[in-house]
Amino acid sequence: MREFTYAAPERPALALAALARAGAAPIAGGTELLNWMRLGIAEPAELVDVGRIGGWDRIALEDGMLHIGALATLNAVEAHEDVRRYAAALSQACLKAASAQVRNRATLGGNVLQKTRCEYFRAEAPLPWPCNKRDPGSGCAARHGVNERHAILGWTDACVATQPSDPAVALACLDAEADVIGPDGPRSIAMTEFHLSQAQAAELSPGRAAQLETRLAPGELIAGYRIPLREGERSAYVKVRERESFEYALVAAAAAVRLEGGVVREARLALGSVAQKPWRLDAAEAVLAGAPLTREIARSAIRAALADARPLAMNAYKIEMGANAALRALLAAGGQA
Amino acid sequence: MSPSPMRRELDDTTGAAGAASATTTRPAIGAPSSGDVGFTVNRERQTVTVDNRTTLLDWLREQAGLTGAKKGCNEGACGACTVLVDGERTNACLTLVVQCAGREIVTVEGLAGPGGRLHPVQQAFIDHDAFQCGYCTPGQVISAVACIAEGHATDEATVREWMSGNLCRCSAYPQIAAAVLDAAARMRRA
Repeated sequence: MREFTYAAPERPALALAALARAGAAPIAGGTELLNWMRLGIAEPAELVDVGRIGGWDRIALEDGMLHIGALATLNAVEAHEDVRRYAAALSQACLKAASAQVRNRATLGGNVLQKTRCEYFRAEAPLPWPCNKRDPGSGCAARHGVNERHAILGWTDACVATQPSDPAVALACLDAEADVIGPDGPRSIAMTEFHLSQAQAAELSPGRAAQLETRLAPGELIAGYRIPLREGERSAYVKVRERESFEYALVAAAAAVRLEGGVVREARLALGSVAQKPWRLDAAEAVLAGAPLTREIARSAIRAALADARPLAMNAYKIEMGANAALRALLAAGGQA
Repeated sequence: MSPSPMRRELDDTTGAAGAASATTTRPAIGAPSSGDVGFTVNRERQTVTVDNRTTLLDWLREQAGLTGAKKGCNEGACGACTVLVDGERTNACLTLVVQCAGREIVTVEGLAGPGGRLHPVQQAFIDHDAFQCGYCTPGQVISAVACIAEGHATDEATVREWMSGNLCRCSAYPQIAAAVLDAAARMRRA
């Protein structure tokens, strides 16, 4: 690990000024960054600890929205009564993430910025195989290698990684927005657009697409999230994995549904770990709106929405597994679990 | 059946025999990449100078002589390095010392009471033979203390879920879960 200077500004403006310096990177819980630094994924010359910024860990209901500060830890988000009541999918996603120890440090702002678990990517430098994220232009070892945990949607030949965050899936399902501050002022990013698939990244940055994973610009910080509250809506999160706990998902699904007399007024479905971004099943949502919530209708709509999935050599199972997870999440949200 | 006194002495992984004593500092390496940090370890105030890269785990083990916390994976995946930071269980391998300014750290060595009176969790681990090699045990004990304080030691399934951040390759999980539940019951009665 290279040497670095350390600063802990207590005000956002000071943090932004520090992050504008070359080689500076933010640290909050540090549960990802320290491992990046050990592996050679990141080598900041300066760590700007944003964890001392006051008020950024607040969770509150305001103006019909649930506000969650970026420094709220995953445990704090999970346990908050307003999150459990109004954004159950997010509470459940936080609970199923990581371990109790990690959740005491990991923040909601940092969690969505975690990187893929691809084993080729996560190796310690120097890498004995190609990886376009680690060494642009070198190739993708997973594309024709061991890719059973990789993407079935949105991938390109340059990179087939998935985004592993559980909370990100819930945030996308719930149409949350990230409130971001940066050198060019504050802005909001819809969580359905925050992460980029490899195909989207290639359009934005053809030369270094594999290294472009979110729409957060250098020097910007997530300050918090806003989740719109919709009267009568219930949500749920399903995480499918080989171990019962403390493991990343094979596939995951978040569902939110508003029912009136057994008929879907509105449904939102997002799949996790099938792409480098949470994948909203827009086509299924459209079919479900106005339809009775039955297993048959839901299954059919979900499978149709996954018709354009493109499996790799080892991960075709994710299509059916993802469809099943989405169905389970939808039925759980609809009270039919 | 409780372990023999001989084993208890040899296998001091519950921290029962360890006194809480944290020691000294290391000379500064170079001003910009190191810093002074003030915090409390097992109720003793510390002011140290560390290279910014120093994790709490490495400082505890190499500078403070508190070797209870173990380096099992050094990436936050095993929990063998679990300590309490302001009462919250935390992987010390993922915590920089410079981030601990003003914090209160508790390690397994700091659990016993005056005169070495064992913490109920320590006693329960011994009573239930909740370890084999003992490597994961300090982390398990600290994690259990927090698990109980959080209110998560309600039933076996909940204990298994909320202790899942502490891996045990010897697979003492049934005994560990029993120890946690028993300690929680004892502490409620106390």
